[in-house]
Order: sequence, then structure tokens, then C-alpha cells
Amino acid sequence: MANTTFKVWRGDKDSGEFQEFQTEVSDGMVVLDAVHQIQAESANDLAVRWNCKAGKCGSCSAEINGMPKLMCMTRLSDFDLEEPVTIEPMRAFPPVKDLVADVSYNYRVKQNIKPFKPRQPDNEDGSWNMAQKDVERVQEFRKCIECFLCQDVCHVLRDHHKHDEFIGPRYFVYNAALEMHPLDQEDRVPDLKKSNGIGYCNITKCCTKVCPENITITDNAIIPLKERVVDRYYDPIKMVLHKIMGPKKKSD
Amino acid sequence: MAEIETIEHDVLIIGAGGAGLRAAIEASAQGVSVGLVCKSLLGKAHTVMAEGGMAAALANVDERDSWKTHFADTMRGGYYLNNWRMAQLHAQQAPDRVRELEAWGAVFDRTAAGKIMQRNFGGHAHPRLAHVGDRTGLEMIRTLQDHGIHQGIDVHMECTMSSLLKDGDRVCGALAYTRELGKFKLFKAKAIVLATGGIGRAYKITSNSWEYTGDGQTLAYRSGADLIDMEFVQFHPTGMVWPPSVRGILVTEGVRGEGGVLKNKNDERFMFGDIPENYQSSTADNPEEGWRYVTKTDRQARRPPELLTRDHVARCILREVREGRGSPHGGAFLDIAWIKEKIPNAEAHIKKKLPSMYHQFKELAGIDITKEPMEVGPTTHYVMGGIRVDGETQMSTVPGLYAAGECAAGLHGANRLGGNSLSDLVVFGKLAGEHAAKFAKENGEASIDPDQVSTAQAAALGPLDSGRAQVDGGAYQIQYELQELMQDKVGIVRKEEEILSAIDEIEVLKGRAQTVRAPGNRQYNPGWHTALDLQNLLVVSEAVARAAVIRKESRGAHTRDDFPEKEDAFGNVNTVLRQGADGQMEAIQETIPELPDELQEIIDERR
Repeated sequence: MANTTFKVWRGDKDSGEFQEFQTEVSDGMVVLDAVHQIQAESANDLAVRWNCKAGKCGSCSAEINGMPKLMCMTRLSDFDLEEPVTIEPMRAFPPVKDLVADVSYNYRVKQNIKPFKPRQPDNEDGSWNMAQKDVERVQEFRKCIECFLCQDVCHVLRDHHKHDEFIGPRYFVYNAALEMHPLDQEDRVPDLKKSNGIGYCNITKCCTKVCPENITITDNAIIPLKERVVDRYYDPIKMVLHKIMGPKKKSD
Repeated sequence: MAEIETIEHDVLIIGAGGAGLRAAIEASAQGVSVGLVCKSLLGKAHTVMAEGGMAAALANVDERDSWKTHFADTMRGGYYLNNWRMAQLHAQQAPDRVRELEAWGAVFDRTAAGKIMQRNFGGHAHPRLAHVGDRTGLEMIRTLQDHGIHQGIDVHMECTMSSLLKDGDRVCGALAYTRELGKFKLFKAKAIVLATGGIGRAYKITSNSWEYTGDGQTLAYRSGADLIDMEFVQFHPTGMVWPPSVRGILVTEGVRGEGGVLKNKNDERFMFGDIPENYQSSTADNPEEGWRYVTKTDRQARRPPELLTRDHVARCILREVREGRGSPHGGAFLDIAWIKEKIPNAEAHIKKKLPSMYHQFKELAGIDITKEPMEVGPTTHYVMGGIRVDGETQMSTVPGLYAAGECAAGLHGANRLGGNSLSDLVVFGKLAGEHAAKFAKENGEASIDPDQVSTAQAAALGPLDSGRAQVDGGAYQIQYELQELMQDKVGIVRKEEEILSAIDEIEVLKGRAQTVRAPGNRQYNPGWHTALDLQNLLVVSEAVARAAVIRKESRGAHTRDDFPEKEDAFGNVNTVLRQGADGQMEAIQETIPELPDELQEIIDERR
């Protein structure tokens, strides 16, 4: 097997640069394997986040040859190994060290979204009855592994730095999972419009393209939420109905 | 000590997987202040990888199920070495814990009647596993996380515990360092819950992440607590075997629960050839009956032999490989694609019930599991042994120190049934949180000894000492050697002389680990972290080896080539490991208290 060149970003919050490493690539290797090999062979202190190495925990997000990906699910056979492979941290967040980015913004955003609020249980043992077809839509959103690649690629965050006014695709998916949960009775539409800044999303679908769980973020989560905001605030008939009928109908 | 940030909590929880999160939620509900510390980011702990489901006798799919049957199945699966009180509480409380997750937002798959769906799994008499496709662990951890963040718990992420601190007999705090800056944090607490998970990184082929370095077991052991039953390490029968870089990644038992069959290279379903005596009356003797069981079309049908307990299935696969009937890369074939002969929409069905497996094989091995068989082989998965706890309260043998989840021992005996781990986390996480809070309320402040803190600090900084010699590969190299050693000599099949030589070699590795140098500084330095984690791995590896030597029989997950049968003399003993007065590890055996009559009857009625 041949030696391959990897250009790995190394640095911290103040400065950094790409550093070149050579390592041997063998059958079936993924990018994270190469990073581990480099770490063991020539850079013991190379910082990288990872846990499951099976695409389930969403820790090892990075930009590989410029594309936001999970390092553990990106096979090296997908690249032309005659050329160097570049690996750098997610750029929509501040760098911590090497391949590790400061993703604490995401945790702060989640803290401010109204939590799940179920209706009264249907049965005496505290359980509910729900049809499979009614939970499927929410199950799609609940596949999210919080890798934050959708946040990384979203231009509202990445290029326009609207972190204070916009919650990003991950948290529209999170909102959608709560809003469309058959048992939930909370009303998050005012927040979606105001503090969550859903209007900033101009549905370029970059988030959907990078989602490693193949969640149809834009079509199934963001657009339906935008419709709820439009219905509530910009449709004159529905605005009147909403004033008469109360704050939320949970039948939809 | 002046420069160390000090943080006070009534209850400190170490580990934020299912057990730690559930413990934190419970302790907080009891009205005490709670700190939750995790080595990674919140929501990334190993629970996230659990696939198949969470065992609870909800009786939604088969109304004949009850806590008693779940209890009897757990005891039989554990070869009766289980802490019977824990097995009882677990079976009784698991259904409430599942329903509670639903109340906090979990969205399980449904039955036609709209109830929580349950699937078949090895060793369970009835379909019992509440699940969400094959990503049940993700559903559990996300539900607990999203609920937990609104319960007033202080979360300290990417923070690793290096030592527990004691005031006399009881624990009073812990010293930790942050990953980002390598700064120390001193935690003062009245009670501590360890929920740190397993030890799988001690082996080369493993389904476990880097975090699983036996931290809780080691912290407890060093503070004088007993460990028990460390010889019982579960090798999951089905890990990926090819390509090499993914070797060990888990392939859920759910594949077999949905009708997947194991075959050797001669296309034989070899599991039919070796059904243990105590499972013969409950196991199908032909493929048709097995299929009727899987599809729940015949209530009298018995389980296919692929759903026998994990220890047995792992040994059968190993035997096929050793006797030359394995698959090309040294495993067996696991085939789910064959169900297309039986059902019309097989491809869609497989993708719906096993989406992660479909994805995992497609992405990592280039295999479409709806069309071709998978290649699988045993992988280190779980440790049944761990910190000895009181069945009622989850307190260890050190006052104020509690343990729950994989790092605690007792529930699973000599072998864990699939699906009993997720329920273990929430049942005993809750109990540990409850009793730790009670302890904190009943016991006043303890005081921190500054000498213990400075000793702990010095030990943690050792690998960064520029006076130490730098060696190629550093701590990584020692870790590789340990993993090879454990895999080869204290692996699935063990022999006295090999285990003894492993103990000697561990001693040598310990010496090297004591003086290993980690290049770089304290800022997010994985070389340093590995050097510290390695110390823990060496302790738990020694514990596994020492326990394995004195259990001179084969039982459950512990298989001895030189003692291939179960021995009555070992049928009612736990192995206890503790630090002796001389600092050396001692291994002794203790008789298990006898079962109360009412529990014995439950078992006897179901033999």
C-alpha cells in the first residue's frame, strides 16, 4: 500500500496552519483511521474529537477536502490519493485546537427551546396510544446525531455569523420533532419567528445535502415550520381564526 | 491549591450516558444540587451506540410476558451468578422506566394497536425489547439529555476524573482536568455516583469507543471499593470483520431478531447443530419453526437457535472459524436478505427495521444487506463484572460512593442478555440517584485533604514531565500492546498458563506506563489523555486476568480451554477483587447469598 499525504490543520484559537503528514493507507480505511495513525506515529498531541467510529455519535465532524463530513464514515477510497487529502475543523465555529472546534453555541441554543410538553396520558398506566404512521415523521427528525455539519455548512452561520439571531438547521429539526410530536402541546411558533430567526433561511438546502443521517431537513422540517409561521402571522384569515380559536391547534 | 477552581455539589455524577443522566435527573428531583461530569460532549456517550432495544415486560406484543418471566430469563442467562435482588428490581421496574421515557418525549416504534412495539432478542422468552428501528440507544440518550437539561443540573463537559478524594472512609470529592485547557477542577461532594461504562478498550477487537477505559472501576478500586466478577467480559457474536479498519464495529442482534440467520461457508445453519441442554426445550429444531417464531405467526413456535445467548453464539462462530468453515475474512455469514423468499417487500422491510445496519454496511463495507449476507465475528462488547454494589441502594463498599450501569456489577451474572443493558441504565441510574441524594441529605459536609489533592495533581501531570524520556509511539504503543495481549491471552477462550503470563506482562506494561512521556502541553492533548486512561486500562485488565485465573471452569462469557465444563463448586460464587494492604490486587471467591423461596419458585416454574 502506498503512502498518502494528509494536510491537517493544526493550531488553536489564535492562529494555525496546515501541516503535512504521510501515512500508509490500507483497505477500507476511513479518514478517522488515517488521523489516528498520524496521531500514533507522528503527532501524539494531535487534537481530534471522536467516540463511536460508526457514524452514530456525531463527534468527528470535520471538513475533508473542503466538504463537511464525518471522518469515521468517509472512506479514503473515495478520493484520488495521488493528491493530498486536507482535513480541517468545522469553520462555522471558533477553533479550539487542531481538528476540534468549539461547538458550545449549539448547546446554548438548545437550552432556550421550549421542552416537550405532552398531553394527559391516554391510559391508566401512564402510556399513550400512537399509530406508527403518525410517529414516522418525527422519527425521521429524531435520527439526528447532533454532528452539527448542517450548522457548519449553513451560510447564515458560516458566512453571516448570525449566531445570536438564528438557531441553524439542527435546531429547526429539533423544533420540528417537538412541534410535530403527536403528544406535544407546547407552542413554539412565536419563538420560531422571533428569537429563532427562521426567516433568515432561504432554503438553499445545503444542510440537507451534508446530513449524514439523510434527514430531509429543508423539505420536511424547515419548510413546514416556515408555513406555520406564515399561517400564524401573515395569512389574514388564519390570523383571525387564531385569535378566536386560541393559541394552538394540536390536531395537525 | 489556591489556583484550582473548586465546585461544590451535594451529589456528583461521573459519566453522562443513560445511567449517569438518569441518576442526575433523579437526584435533582430529590431536591439536592447535582453536578454531572462527562469525558466527552453531552449526548455522545456510549449509550448512543446501543441498537436493538430496551428489555421490559410491557406485555404489549405477547400478553403472557410478566416481570417474573423477565426475572427468570435474566437469571438463566446469567447462569445464576446474578445479584438476585437486582434482577428482581430490574424486571419489576423496567416497564415504568420505558413509559417514563415516552412521557419525556421518546418515540418508540408502535404496534398495530398503537402501543410500544417489542421485538425478539436472544434469551428472552417473549418479544420484550422496546425499540426505535436499530437506534434505540440514541433515542434513550437524547430523551434523557433533552429532559435533563431543564432540571437544573450543572453539566461539566469534556472533563475527566483523575482521582476520588476521601475523608476517612467516605468519599468527599474528586479531582478532574478539562480537555480543552488541561486545567484542574476540584469537585466537593457529599455523595458520588459512578456511571462511567465499560472496559472494552482493553481489547484489540472491540465495539467500544476510546472512552471505555475502565475509569469508574479504577476510581472505585483505588478508593478501596470491591470489584466483582471481572472475568465475565461479553464478546458479542456479531461484529463486522471486514474491512480491517472497521473490525469490531457492532452488528445488532436485532438482525437475528428480525429473521437473520447464521451460516458457514458450506451454507449450513450451524447453530442448529449445538443447542445447550438447558435451552433445548425452548429452541426450535428446524428452520420453519424458527421463522414462525420470528414472524410471531405461531405462538407455540420456539426460538431459532440464532437467538441463543451471546456467549454461546460467539463460541459457535469461533468454532466454525477454527475448524475451517468460516467466511473468507475469518467470521461467519449473517444473512437477512434471505427473508425475501418469505415476504414480498423484504427490501423495504429491512431498511425500515435495520436502517443503521443497512447504512453501516453500505458506507463502510460496500455491501447491500438487502441483497447479500454480512460477514460477522465476535467483538468485545460489554463487561458484566464491575463495582460491587448493594442491590437495594447501588452503594459500593465505600460509604457515599454509588455506581450504576455498566461500571456496576450484579444484574447480569456470567452473561448479559441483549436489551437488559438499556433497561439496567435507567432502572439503576434512578435508584443510584435517589439513594445518593438521600445519603447527601443525611450526611453533613466532608472535608477535603489538601495533601490528597496535590498527590493527585502530581500523578496527573506525570506524563507531561519533560524529564521523562520520549519513546516512539508513546502511550499509544503501550495501549496497542496491552490490547493485543488481552485479545490473545485473556480473550474469548482462556488457558491458565496464558492468563498467568498475561498477568506478568501487564506488570511490565505498568512499569512502562508509569514513566511514559506525552509530548506537547496540557491543551487538548490526546497523547496525555491516553497516558492517563492507560493507567485505568491496566488496572481493569489485571482485574479481568486475576479473576479469570481463579474461576477454574467455563461458565457464561468465561470460557476456559483447560476447564471446558461448568463446575458445581463455582456455581454459587462471585469473584471479588480488592486492593490489599500491600497495594497488590487480591482475588478471592465469596458465596452468593441464597435466593429467597419466592424467587426460587419463579425460576423453577419456568425451567
